[in-house]
Amino acid sequence: MDLAEQVTIQKPAILDQVRPAEMPRRPLVENDRNLNWMTEKVCGIVEEKTPKWWWYCFGSACFVAMFTVVGLTYLVATGVGVWGLRNPTNWGWAIVNFVFWIGIGHAGTLISAILCLLKQKWRTSINRAAEAMTIFAVVCAGLFPLFHTGRVWFAYWLFPLPSSQGNWPNFRSPLEWDVFAISTYLTVSLLFWYMGMIPDLATIRDRAKSKIRKFAYGILAMGWRGSNRHWSNYEMAYLMLAGLATPLVLSVHTIVSFDFAVANIPGWHSTIFPPYFVAGAIFSGFGMVLTLVLPLRAIYKLHDLITQYHIDCICKITLATGSMVGYAYLIEFFIAWYGANPLEGFAFVNRAFGPYAWAYWIMISCNVIIPQLFWFRKVRENTALVWIVAILVNVGMWFERFVIIVGTLANDFLPSSWDYFSPTVVDIFTFVGTFGVFSALFLLFIRFMPLIALAEVKAVSPRGDPHGSHHQ
Amino acid sequence: MSEKPYGLAATFDSAPAIYRAAKRVRDAGYKNWDVFTPFPVHGMDEAMGLSRSRVGAFVLVGGVIGFFTGMLLAWYMGAYDFPLIVSGMPYFSPIFPFPIAYELAILLGAFGAFFGMFITNFLPQHYHPIMNMDGWEQITDDAFALVIETGDPNYDPERTRALLEEIGAVKINEVES
Repeated sequence: MDLAEQVTIQKPAILDQVRPAEMPRRPLVENDRNLNWMTEKVCGIVEEKTPKWWWYCFGSACFVAMFTVVGLTYLVATGVGVWGLRNPTNWGWAIVNFVFWIGIGHAGTLISAILCLLKQKWRTSINRAAEAMTIFAVVCAGLFPLFHTGRVWFAYWLFPLPSSQGNWPNFRSPLEWDVFAISTYLTVSLLFWYMGMIPDLATIRDRAKSKIRKFAYGILAMGWRGSNRHWSNYEMAYLMLAGLATPLVLSVHTIVSFDFAVANIPGWHSTIFPPYFVAGAIFSGFGMVLTLVLPLRAIYKLHDLITQYHIDCICKITLATGSMVGYAYLIEFFIAWYGANPLEGFAFVNRAFGPYAWAYWIMISCNVIIPQLFWFRKVRENTALVWIVAILVNVGMWFERFVIIVGTLANDFLPSSWDYFSPTVVDIFTFVGTFGVFSALFLLFIRFMPLIALAEVKAVSPRGDPHGSHHQ
Repeated sequence: MSEKPYGLAATFDSAPAIYRAAKRVRDAGYKNWDVFTPFPVHGMDEAMGLSRSRVGAFVLVGGVIGFFTGMLLAWYMGAYDFPLIVSGMPYFSPIFPFPIAYELAILLGAFGAFFGMFITNFLPQHYHPIMNMDGWEQITDDAFALVIETGDPNYDPERTRALLEEIGAVKINEVES
């Protein structure tokens, strides 16, 4: 007698009543909100009278953005020397800030593209804001290498355009790859962001009361009418863009890391750089997503759309990528020791115990140690604490780039040229100003564009399920 | 109004309702009809019997053109038009311009997806007869509508209306052309 027969004979009566435990997924829209509620909530943000706090924030953001404008004007009028760049630290804060901002952008694309391919439905309520974050971060990032070229009015030389000199860019250089990677990244992110917004712009168009509003949103909505024959092509295009943006986002930070890894400087010349940079970029980006989304959620009372479950998910990804970054720090040290190259070994000992040790330990504590708090549910549920950790992640990731760039360049092969790099006032103001640029753009976005992907949230909400038991 | 109406519109109040209705209309053999929903209803393409979207072809063409443009760019500029020795490296090799070709493949592929969506959908089209429907503004909010065009070979004012009533339409009205 085999086991199955034994069970049928000896089966106690109670087994018939046993049901597997139900493990319902947490709903992505809480409190059983209906579709109209979601429309009112999200479109209401754009339609209401501009709140006072918005004007205060926008005013201060514009004021801070002026720092960048003034800083860059001064730089153009004087020369890149105003950035404190000198031999051997010729990259200084400019490239630190560039990598910092470009990294922040990566979480937006991860949320909208990679999580789309992985069918993570929770991404829908944060992807729009994260994509906007990506675009504005790339804009801030682009400023630095552009002005770092010195004569920014010749920046178009970076592109392969015919000129009277008859020569062309050098395609063997990672810096030229960067030009293609960053401009492709900005363009594709814009297309993805805008295409995702078309159905929601149509919602605002259809609710508009004034003529001008109807006209403006009407133009932007491209005559979208919610036809399923359109949705079919639209969803395919969306999936294709997600499929293209996934290798793109991985390649962009890989190419950024090539700027370092292809150079033969100890501490840079390493094959671990691409994955290490990509993980770091996503880590910093998620820090920024939390920094932006938590206040928005509190101000606009979006708790039913951006639920605790969403915050949990973001925290867990932050924890995972933060740990990957920590692992990369360890492996770098191991390889420096195991590789037995004295210059490489010196570079790393110098990082942790040299003149920039303070920056190194800020980096380690903010990136590796503090995010470990996200292991605890109590921490993830404490929004204020999550926000503080997210800010520290941003700080830590800025210092990571500082350690890699300045810490390595300042102590290069030739001890006679060693120097302790300090930023100038112009450096500091230009960088602080980019936060103003970023905030001003983001505030304009939440004022005029639907900040939650309405159509997508509706589709994943319990009421949007055509096979669901909701109305039966 | 003497002109033939554009079609007959039936409104439904939930996603499951319109999903079931679409299957019935498909099985009744209609061809010129459409479903209007505030969000992409999961499985609606099969329920309507739509074939696979052709946007992918645009992406493929864009991607291939992009890749070869990148390679050609590097070859033409570095090896043909202005050959320049840079650290003793060859004038052209498919390895070093690979990032360029890769990024251009993605860029042009993305253009293919973006413009392919507009081309296959005949958008932008800022006016369409369906916008004359009663309660059209609700479509992008929380209403679900199914429209059978008068141009459909199967269309018959009485029979079509009866079908729409039978499949659970909440409201039925004619859409002016």
